[in-house]
Amino acid sequence: MHSSRPQEAAGFNRPLLLSPGQDLRGYVFDRLGRSFLFFITFLSVVAVLLIFFFIIREASGFLAGPYVKQFFSSTHWYPESREHPEYGVLAILGGSAYVTLVAMLVAVPVGLFSAVWLSDVASFRVRQIIKPVIEILAAIPSVAFGFFAVLVLAPWMQTRFGFDTGTNILNAGVILAVMALPTIISVAEDSMSAVGMEIREAAYGLGSTRAEAMIRVVIPAAHSGIIAAVILGVMRAVGETMVVWMASGNATQIPSPWWDLSKSVRTMTATIAGDMGETVQGSVHYQALFSIGILLLVFTFGLNLISEHLLARVRRKKEA
Amino acid sequence: MKKLLSAGIVVLLISLVFVVAAPREGTLLLEGSTTVGPISDAFAEAFQKMYPKVSITVNKTGSGNGAAALVDGRCDIAMMSRFMKDKEYKTAVTGAKPFLPVAHAIAMDGVCVIVYPSNPVKALTREQVRGIYTGKIKNWKDLGGPSQAIVPISRDTSSGTYETFEGLVMNGEKMAANVEYVNSNPQAHSRVKSTTGAIGYVGLGFLDSSVKALEIDKIMPTRSSIAKGVYPISRPLFLFTNGYPELGTLVHEFCTFYLTEEGQEIIEAKGFVPVTAY
Repeated sequence: MHSSRPQEAAGFNRPLLLSPGQDLRGYVFDRLGRSFLFFITFLSVVAVLLIFFFIIREASGFLAGPYVKQFFSSTHWYPESREHPEYGVLAILGGSAYVTLVAMLVAVPVGLFSAVWLSDVASFRVRQIIKPVIEILAAIPSVAFGFFAVLVLAPWMQTRFGFDTGTNILNAGVILAVMALPTIISVAEDSMSAVGMEIREAAYGLGSTRAEAMIRVVIPAAHSGIIAAVILGVMRAVGETMVVWMASGNATQIPSPWWDLSKSVRTMTATIAGDMGETVQGSVHYQALFSIGILLLVFTFGLNLISEHLLARVRRKKEA
Repeated sequence: MKKLLSAGIVVLLISLVFVVAAPREGTLLLEGSTTVGPISDAFAEAFQKMYPKVSITVNKTGSGNGAAALVDGRCDIAMMSRFMKDKEYKTAVTGAKPFLPVAHAIAMDGVCVIVYPSNPVKALTREQVRGIYTGKIKNWKDLGGPSQAIVPISRDTSSGTYETFEGLVMNGEKMAANVEYVNSNPQAHSRVKSTTGAIGYVGLGFLDSSVKALEIDKIMPTRSSIAKGVYPISRPLFLFTNGYPELGTLVHEFCTFYLTEEGQEIIEAKGFVPVTAY
């Protein structure tokens, strides 16, 4: 019966069954498309693996060589000395730690308070304006921050606080804090918003004020996202190169007394960036720089794993 | 017959003129010092403007690599911030393709020690400067200045300026741990300009009234004291070639470009001192 029905009227004039040729073509194109997309995605995975491989290969000569013990036990970094080169990384590790710690001491409280304000206090309209502005902070190139650190902050610190040198731990730390803020604020704010309205309403229903609800309920509920925000901020600070190279002064020393933040220090990233230019490829100095690269990589890789884990928890909570 | 001869001479002369004036072609490969590199880069740029068909590659890999590359025949010109060592000469004259390396001193490099403009210290000896950078002298009052901590600022160890300073002042001694490093001449200048206790060093081209250059071993760094070689922290910069280049070749023109007005302007613009007697 249906063969007599005009096919145009049905708006469907293709046969329902595919011919073997069409079937095969569909199969091939499907496979091709899949493997193309897989290949493209796989490229970035390959890039990560290659970077790991390359850095480990370049550093292996050093890590198997006679300087390893000195590398992990000495604070003296004199790779270019002709008679007695020394490759102690401790002062450089210390420099990274100092700068990052100061950055976090500034950025974590500021970031968390801002996140609280954005997620629970600010009106929708204000938040619509403030959040993009904060995110612009992340788009400013780091060399611009570096210029500010050297030309404005450094002289100001010298005249205001009487520091001998303006390019020091405090300078680099403060600038890094500003650079880490957008990350911390936006991740922490997301995780606080992910804590549902009904939980807040339940807290209000039990008679708590907004502050009590925030401190006793929302922040504890969002803690894994907040920790992830802090870790991402730490990673930003540890991995930043240009700003610390310009603002930290690059003196290879551990400050004494230890709390003196007006001393200048040198970080891992700045050492690699500053020294790599002139080193002879394959020399001990070159390999030592790659060994610092491994330290940096292991550190950020570990932090990345932890933050991924915590962020996955936040996501699960959001879905639940 | 005479007519034919003169015609022949005319043709020869015309062709000679054409050979000389013909737009140059070819490639030039330079390798070596990072200090000489910027001069060569600017020379290369000027050449490319004059002769669009010439291609010049400048590899900045360090003086030692430049010498090795010239000896191996891997480059046409080696850029060197020091003279060739005996050993390098020996491999050149006894190698598979023996030749005599010839030096062309194209510029002088003088490194000025600078302090904050109001610092009363006017002159230091090289030994005192070394004392500051090795951390033995920590306060300006030991040098006749006010009681203020010295903030020593150095260029990064990969720069040519550092190399000069290290070779002519440090005498193989290591810099102290509190020495700060900056990665350019302008940055060294701006740090000293804004830090009262600072001491730093920059190329002569970066001196101005906002910092104060010190006399070293009683000699003020000036264009003439550096060109004459009496200022102690100065050294000649070389191009080395395989024998003296054949006259009129591209290599010859490149190695004598420092004598032209444009060449000297380039050298001064890069913060070095042209080799002139006036």
